[in-house]
Amino acid sequence: MKYIVALALGLISGAVVFAAAIVYNPFSVDRVLSPLSVSESELIVLNYSAVPADNIIYTNNGESMQNPYPEKVLQLWEAPIRKTNAMATIMRDARNQPAGIGIKIASLSESTDLLRGEAIMDSIWYVYTPRHGSMFIQQTENYLPFVREVAFPAWRSSVNSWRGVWMGNITAGPGALGMAAVSGASGRVKGLELDGVESLSVRAFSVDTGFVSAEGRLLIELPAAADEIEEGLLP
Amino acid sequence: MIKTFFVGVLLGIAAAAGALYALPVVDQAREVSITTVAPNGGNVEVFRINIPTDRVMIGPPGQATPVPPGLEWPDIEVLAGMRTEMFKIRNAHDVVIGIAIRNAATNENQDVIDWVLHFPARGSVFVNMDAEPQEGGYRIGRFRAGSREFATLNGAMVERWVANTFNEEGASAGHIELMATYVSEPQPPATTEEPAQ
Repeated sequence: MKYIVALALGLISGAVVFAAAIVYNPFSVDRVLSPLSVSESELIVLNYSAVPADNIIYTNNGESMQNPYPEKVLQLWEAPIRKTNAMATIMRDARNQPAGIGIKIASLSESTDLLRGEAIMDSIWYVYTPRHGSMFIQQTENYLPFVREVAFPAWRSSVNSWRGVWMGNITAGPGALGMAAVSGASGRVKGLELDGVESLSVRAFSVDTGFVSAEGRLLIELPAAADEIEEGLLP
Repeated sequence: MIKTFFVGVLLGIAAAAGALYALPVVDQAREVSITTVAPNGGNVEVFRINIPTDRVMIGPPGQATPVPPGLEWPDIEVLAGMRTEMFKIRNAHDVVIGIAIRNAATNENQDVIDWVLHFPARGSVFVNMDAEPQEGGYRIGRFRAGSREFATLNGAMVERWVANTFNEEGASAGHIELMATYVSEPQPPATTEEPAQ
């Protein structure tokens, strides 16, 4: 009997050790530095609040960590969209002035592979700013570094929350150097294929309600040709 | 007994790794794509959005009935003249399969109308519509970009409003019909054979 108990305890311990190894995988690399941080090209900087109640709307299946906002917004409860969330928010420029609107839709990805340190979301942004025009951004996001350094410590905390400063890139592809693919359709970016990176800066997180204080940022690199074209059009 | 414990630890690690490898962490629910072959090439897929039941958000301020209730649309200059809507989108069998965004704006005297369709199990497509509607009231747009299943597709989309002719109580006012025509981009051959002379 004692051997069976020892074996059972060993099995449980092994599973726990494996789970800890997944979360604290020493071989997974956090991408804190954006590939665009060394770019010499002009960058479009768009900031937004990642806190649902600061957005115009935020919705999900109604059973996830973050509550939909406003309270009576249509929830995404149907099976094909249950693992998806959507938000509409005001995008602010580098001087924190309103620049336009951004809508983000993100779904849990079937390409998630925890063995490789990838907790993936497939997400898209639609951004429209009067200054730049309309843009479609498609990306895969890896949330494992966020889970490891913010969500997991919050879950272990006696008050189910985390406070501190966490900054990281969440964009993990599909473009070169793990950047997002940006397509412009109107205005200054019409017809352009660009690179972009989304990052998060989290200061407070609760296991019960999600982001308490968090800012997101989209960086989009404009090619030199776009500036030349625009300059050429100026009187 | 210690040996048994450590054997258990190794078995536990192996079992957890095996389970994680074999079982999908995420499994999106899928509906079968309902496509037909177009007479002039390509495949056609029709989507619909029931109004008002599928509307998640409607953008401009001053709506008689804000959608969603409690919406506080920012009354700021950069959103002036903009109409942004978010919907649930259905397939031809009236089953919800994704989320759609429609944005209409005027930029430097040019009208901009964009659609984004997002299907969690398939990918997303970005369509830039003609500003002027065709005779008959429908509007045509072209695929500008896509992800995953739509990444290698070109095509066009037609939007039109179909009013509900039934006078049943509680029936929707009508629906937006989106008819997408997909045409694959020519792909390079996978083989390394010499080209035909």
